[in-house]
Amino acid sequence: MAAKTIISRPIYGTLSPQPGTHHLFIADAEGALAISDMAAKAPAGFFDGTEIVFIPGADGQHVAALEALKPAQFHQAPSFASLLPRLKQTLTNAHMGLRLYLSGTEGLIGQAMQVALEAGIDHTSMQTEHRGSLARRMQCVHCKGITENVTTQPATCSHCGLLLLVRDHYSRRLAAFQGVCINAEDRSEIPPMEEAFP
Amino acid sequence: MGITFRKETFRDDFTFRNSPEHIRRFPFPFHEDSYMYAVNIEPHVVGPKGSVLENLIDVDEHYVAEMQDRALVLAEDPLRCQSLPHMTLAGWDLLELLMEQQALGYPEHFTLTRDGDRWRWINRPLGIDDTFTFGDTSTLPYGPMEYITRQSQGDFCILDQRDGNLWMDAGMVTTQADWSLDFDIGMNFFEWHAPVPLAHEKGIFTRALKFLTNIQQGKPARRLNWTMTINPRLDTSPENYHKWGPDRATVTPENVGDKVHLRVELQSFWRLPRSNGIVFPIRCYLIKMDELVTQPKWARRLHRVIRDLPEELANYKGLTRYRPTLVEWLSKLDDGSATSPGFGPD
Repeated sequence: MAAKTIISRPIYGTLSPQPGTHHLFIADAEGALAISDMAAKAPAGFFDGTEIVFIPGADGQHVAALEALKPAQFHQAPSFASLLPRLKQTLTNAHMGLRLYLSGTEGLIGQAMQVALEAGIDHTSMQTEHRGSLARRMQCVHCKGITENVTTQPATCSHCGLLLLVRDHYSRRLAAFQGVCINAEDRSEIPPMEEAFP
Repeated sequence: MGITFRKETFRDDFTFRNSPEHIRRFPFPFHEDSYMYAVNIEPHVVGPKGSVLENLIDVDEHYVAEMQDRALVLAEDPLRCQSLPHMTLAGWDLLELLMEQQALGYPEHFTLTRDGDRWRWINRPLGIDDTFTFGDTSTLPYGPMEYITRQSQGDFCILDQRDGNLWMDAGMVTTQADWSLDFDIGMNFFEWHAPVPLAHEKGIFTRALKFLTNIQQGKPARRLNWTMTINPRLDTSPENYHKWGPDRATVTPENVGDKVHLRVELQSFWRLPRSNGIVFPIRCYLIKMDELVTQPKWARRLHRVIRDLPEELANYKGLTRYRPTLVEWLSKLDDGSATSPGFGPD
């Protein structure tokens, strides 16, 4: 999706059904479409051992389409924060062999991956597919505050107010891109703010 | 005869200076009149007496002042020192290495005595005399990495080796050239180097990683890296960029010699015996232009290097704003005559 990249910036793939009997899907908004597309390629009985956790977008769409896949468990959450306690328990109790599929916005993929990493799952074993908004989760390197859903370049830190260059440098541990003061050398220079991550 | 430690600062009034002997021993990083990235790694063996390589862990006249500056940085921002939970053993490895090397090179200043696991460490310049049990963190005032790196010049990254890669899983980083340990901790070798321009395309990091993952115990390696810093400021962290960034706009033809500093990192790489990790000390040396140009060869060569530096590198190193002023100032000290091969002054 991103035109030009650096090595720390995550690269997303296309969800594909993995061997195994236990599958956990975590998706938001248009990430549901990645699950629907994958379902067309899934073997019979695939969703019998599957849990889908879904955070609908503002339009509230795609819930019925996911339920129609008849997963063993379906859970709808209003936000990632509200999902966190349940997700932590699911991952803590998971057995070896659980396959993880993350789809939707970068913020959702990154935060779900962060929780899975903490549970000891290797990031290279997770299936990811980016769908929908390019909005970024950004950590201010100065005050360490996280600003969600950053769509502009530069962007204002929602904590300390500094004007930040949103870099491509990405930390899986923080699930965030790095923001660095763009006019540190001369605060009177105010570069125009452009819509960069719609 | 021991080292006379200078009383000086790396912030506010910036009283840091090099003595004439320290100017001569400065690790000038250019062996020819131009610069481009290379895998410039060589065995870290003892060098000539009076050079920064006289001992494999160098302690110099700035030791006490640097340790005081580190304590100030840590008091402001404890996230500059972090160690992921699996790295404690590597921290003990590092403690052993630094105590042994400092006691070996500078017996008048440091003494290590061992009775089994019962160790006594005397650090005279900092007034420390501690007895502790090696391997038992509860017997030290800090974790082992933090304890010893509060008493050792330079930044330290401890890398875990697994899956054919190196992972930045612990570090003490308070004198860095604009990178954040807090952001990069947990990343692999390619990820934490991701923002470096040009070098990935040249295959530098692939070859460097291959070399580093094969480093053997007792056979450390080293390389030099460099950048420039305005004022002798050790803490040029991204965390504080909004505080030190304005310095770059203060360079004028009149103050170049005093304000602009060449910043050289002597990086070394050591296999750790118990954890199989790699420790990567990044030792920072600063020299102001007025001091550097007392060696005419260095003045001529630096002029040519900075003048001809590719634009991308100049941007990455943060030189863009003051490069023309610096090149103009240095050009007056370059008569165009040849420079002798090698790093050292004539």
